[in-house]
Amino acid sequence: MSAISTTVPTPEPPWTLPSRGKTGMFCLIFAESAIFTIFVVAYIFYLGKSLTGPTPAEILRLPIFDTICLLSSSLTIHAAVSALRRGNSKMFLLWWGFTLALGLKFIEGTASDWHEMIYREGFSIKTNLFGTTYYSLVGLHASHVIVGLLGLSLVFLLALAGKVKTQHADRCEVFSLYWHFVDAVWVVVFTVVYVIGR
Amino acid sequence: MFRSLIPLLASPGATLAGFQPFPPHIFSPASTPAEQIYHLSIMVLIVCAVIFAVVGGLLTYSVIKFRRRSNDDRREPAQVYGSTQIELAWTVIPLLIVVVLFLTTARVIHGIQDAPEPAGAINVTVIGHQYWWEFRYPQYGVVTANELWVPVSDSNQPTPTFMTLLSADVGHSFWVPELAGKTHLIPNQVNHMWIDPQRTGVFLGQCNLYCGVQHAHMLLRVDVATRADFDRWIREQQMPAVEDPAVAAGRQVFETTACVNCHTIRGTIANGRFGPDLTHFMSRETIGAGVLPNTPENLRLWVQDPEAVKPGCLMPSMNMTPQQLTELVSYLESLR
Amino acid sequence: MVSQSLPHAGEFGREGARGVLWLERAHEWVVTVDHKKIGLMYIAYSLVFLAVGGVEAMLMRIQLAVPDAHFVSPEVFNELFTMHGTTMIFFVVMPLLFGFANYLVPLMIGARDMAFPRLNAFSFWMTAFGGLLLYFSFIGGSGLYGAGSAPDVGWWAYAPLTAKAFSRGHSTDYWTLALLVSGVGSIGTAVNLVTTVLSARCRGMTLGKMPLLAWLNLVMGGMVLGAISPLTAAQVMLCVDRYLGGHFFDTQAGGSAVIWMHFFWVFGHPEVYILVIPAFAFASEIIPVFSRKAIFGYPVMVAATVGIAFVSFSVWAHHMFSVGMPSYGNAFFVFSSMLVGVPTGIKIFNWLGTMWGGKIIFSTPMLFCIAFLFQFLIGGLTGIMLAAAPFDWQLNDSYFVVAHFHYIIVGAILFTIFAAFYYWYPKFTGRMMSETLGKWHFWLFVIGFHLTFDFMHIPGILGMPRRVYTYMPDRGWGELNMIVTIGAFVQTVAVLIFVVNLIRSYFVGQIAGNDPWDAWTLEWATTSPPPPYNFAELPTVRSRRPLWDIKHPEDPDWKYE
Repeated sequence: MSAISTTVPTPEPPWTLPSRGKTGMFCLIFAESAIFTIFVVAYIFYLGKSLTGPTPAEILRLPIFDTICLLSSSLTIHAAVSALRRGNSKMFLLWWGFTLALGLKFIEGTASDWHEMIYREGFSIKTNLFGTTYYSLVGLHASHVIVGLLGLSLVFLLALAGKVKTQHADRCEVFSLYWHFVDAVWVVVFTVVYVIGR
Repeated sequence: MFRSLIPLLASPGATLAGFQPFPPHIFSPASTPAEQIYHLSIMVLIVCAVIFAVVGGLLTYSVIKFRRRSNDDRREPAQVYGSTQIELAWTVIPLLIVVVLFLTTARVIHGIQDAPEPAGAINVTVIGHQYWWEFRYPQYGVVTANELWVPVSDSNQPTPTFMTLLSADVGHSFWVPELAGKTHLIPNQVNHMWIDPQRTGVFLGQCNLYCGVQHAHMLLRVDVATRADFDRWIREQQMPAVEDPAVAAGRQVFETTACVNCHTIRGTIANGRFGPDLTHFMSRETIGAGVLPNTPENLRLWVQDPEAVKPGCLMPSMNMTPQQLTELVSYLESLR
Repeated sequence: MVSQSLPHAGEFGREGARGVLWLERAHEWVVTVDHKKIGLMYIAYSLVFLAVGGVEAMLMRIQLAVPDAHFVSPEVFNELFTMHGTTMIFFVVMPLLFGFANYLVPLMIGARDMAFPRLNAFSFWMTAFGGLLLYFSFIGGSGLYGAGSAPDVGWWAYAPLTAKAFSRGHSTDYWTLALLVSGVGSIGTAVNLVTTVLSARCRGMTLGKMPLLAWLNLVMGGMVLGAISPLTAAQVMLCVDRYLGGHFFDTQAGGSAVIWMHFFWVFGHPEVYILVIPAFAFASEIIPVFSRKAIFGYPVMVAATVGIAFVSFSVWAHHMFSVGMPSYGNAFFVFSSMLVGVPTGIKIFNWLGTMWGGKIIFSTPMLFCIAFLFQFLIGGLTGIMLAAAPFDWQLNDSYFVVAHFHYIIVGAILFTIFAAFYYWYPKFTGRMMSETLGKWHFWLFVIGFHLTFDFMHIPGILGMPRRVYTYMPDRGWGELNMIVTIGAFVQTVAVLIFVVNLIRSYFVGQIAGNDPWDAWTLEWATTSPPPPYNFAELPTVRSRRPLWDIKHPEDPDWKYE
């Protein structure tokens, strides 16, 4: 016996609470931001302190095109979720696939940059303090992109199989929050590593 | 045990006069930094004691006065949800206490950390090792280990000792409670501290930052001597090692075993930097940073198998024959 | 509590029923996503590690009881203090608090479960696995000194002692990986707690009408998200150093040992508030019930807690006063550390205000809370003393600090956890714990606690550093250490009485009923133990004490709030 109700009857006003998906995702984003902050702090702290080896200005090339791809993918994922809300599954699939492709291009760009630096120029995580902090920070971001790509691919495959419907728009939006977060982190990383640090 | 409590009540005057039957503690300062900390501590302790008396008293009172009596009628007491005035009062008063404590503390911090170095100061570079202390006197060209000799400082003509703190491996910490608060020795960082002991004597401390398996055995002995005695000690330390022909065999053993790779004995071929400088080894009271008193028997035990005496120390046993060991120990005994 | 997919025990008759019943039950617990079962698993797990951590403490105390003892080797002693600290913080107190939060928060906000039940189970199992990984270290490999690879670098794992150059075995790796794994569990639980409190409250329960336990666990959850992450980051960096040749903390390559300290303590200081805030939550629920009065100053209690949470992220370098920061840096952290004492002190006054004018009942939960009030006051005051940096220059890393933080972790946190056990055990099991055994537990524990931790302050004042496996007879620390050790034995006896009480009461304890304490929050409105769905009908509330409103319809809280 556990029914409890008020003794005074009142007209029931709507009782709305924040959506748990969004709240949970914001919590995760908050925690992840704290992790990234520590890596950014370490990067900035060690700027100019390497005892040997290449400096950022000497070895870093600006990944302009990759950045444009990644940041545009925020727009495309937003378009995808809007399309799904309107019930347009075909457009959802298109925009979502486009997001996936842009994300893949970004990762491919990072990978080829790294391949160049590690194998041709001999600049790795062990080389000096800059190497350690650079590969760790950009690598941490890249690993988050990869996790995002896995999620994007999963939804993409489900959408291809026709399983993603309008009622899933909320969940896709929660996922898109993660993707926007990844993009926002890239804005910070890009500014710190490629603009300020060089 | 209660004897240890009495110094806490003793006046600083008695301790500065040199009367010390009890274990040394932070409330028996013998040097300005320790003394400034002592005065601040007493003030903070008094403030905290008053807070404890007031709040603790109120808690005790409420627990007794407002306990449910056995003849209670079981009606709920008046429900009081809060009181703005009371809550404001007990927010503002603590804030004021914090401001006062902070300002007093900040002044002491500045007084100790930012103290300028006077002309007559002695300079010592302290280098922390696993598990011993290296002391270098750049003004005199003296290198020694584990026992720090400094002159007593007169407040009219101060001769404090200003120390530069470095580490050769991991983090360590220099703490001699009667002389100053502790400061860490951190690799790849230069730290500074100073002491100006006001009375002669031996002041003990030990490494205070966990640095590995023998962290517990990194004793610090600070010998505060009169100026005359200190100058004499410096002169003795500056001389190269005693060359006693009677122990030539032992010196031979030393120079042909790996000892020379780690230890320096000025005037011989030994110039290793990894272990303590042994040039005037016999001027020290202990072996192995306080793990054994410096006697011939202990020295023999130590050289034979350092691991057995101080497990985890980084000096290996050289597996010498008893004959070699006897000769070597005799040689070391000659290094006054 | 009946599993839907496996056959019900009754179907097999008495003979076959027993074997199937145990299997069915074990399966139920392993796959459960029910917050109540997960909460109990957290609690049971912690109690096992409390025993293990306690044994580690006793071994250390025996070694230190007399000078120059050889009871354990230095290698083993260094493993003991590292494991004791790591175990007690990450695998005893945190899981205990998560366990209570898991069980109570959904009930107290009138929900059916946590927001993410599967994440909840996942988080528990990650935490559990982390603990097992940590303890596997004792047998995993012979380590550098043949004493197993258990971590021996201190629970702060300062650099560069943890670098490959100075810790060649795997002890640091076990420490790092075990905590990375359990850290994932902690973050998962925090996400769950925050989301549950924000998104699953019953109708009418605005944030201003939540029980303080819900509020404080919300704040704790938010702090976990912000504090565990820096530890995770620093540990990843340590792995990069140790395994990929990185130089984050490599002082030989220009790296900084101090930056590890900063990252660690940015986690470490908020962490201790993460541990103490749920303790405050227990006190804030129990003291009002046993004083028969509403909590004094609810809005300020909430504001003070949020204030503590924010300020606590700005005090971390008071653990680093001796590191060589410039004087203005030290001064800042003096100020912030003393400032955080203000909202903390306010809470003590509010509890005092709750008892004032009440009718205090000295049942075991309240006894533990009263002791908590005195002990937290003292521990907080020694904290203010240590916040005065010059005082800290003398006493940091000495036994004074060890006494201070044990005063808080044992004297404040563990005492309120014991109070919580006695208070909510009837709700979890349907039976009361024995008051007689409870009082024996309480008094013996108080005596043992004070013998140990009051006297422990003195060796610090006399210059005894922490983390030393032995000390020389001529330092004058011997008698005091012996008293400290005797107190530890007394505490052990008290805890054993507690364990006996826990187990015995399950079988022969007085039946509790829904609401044995005549309390006022929603968990007492359902059965003891609650059904899996918590409430037949989700409640609607109008005030902070819904059951008070029902029991006192002539004088309900919502008239005054």
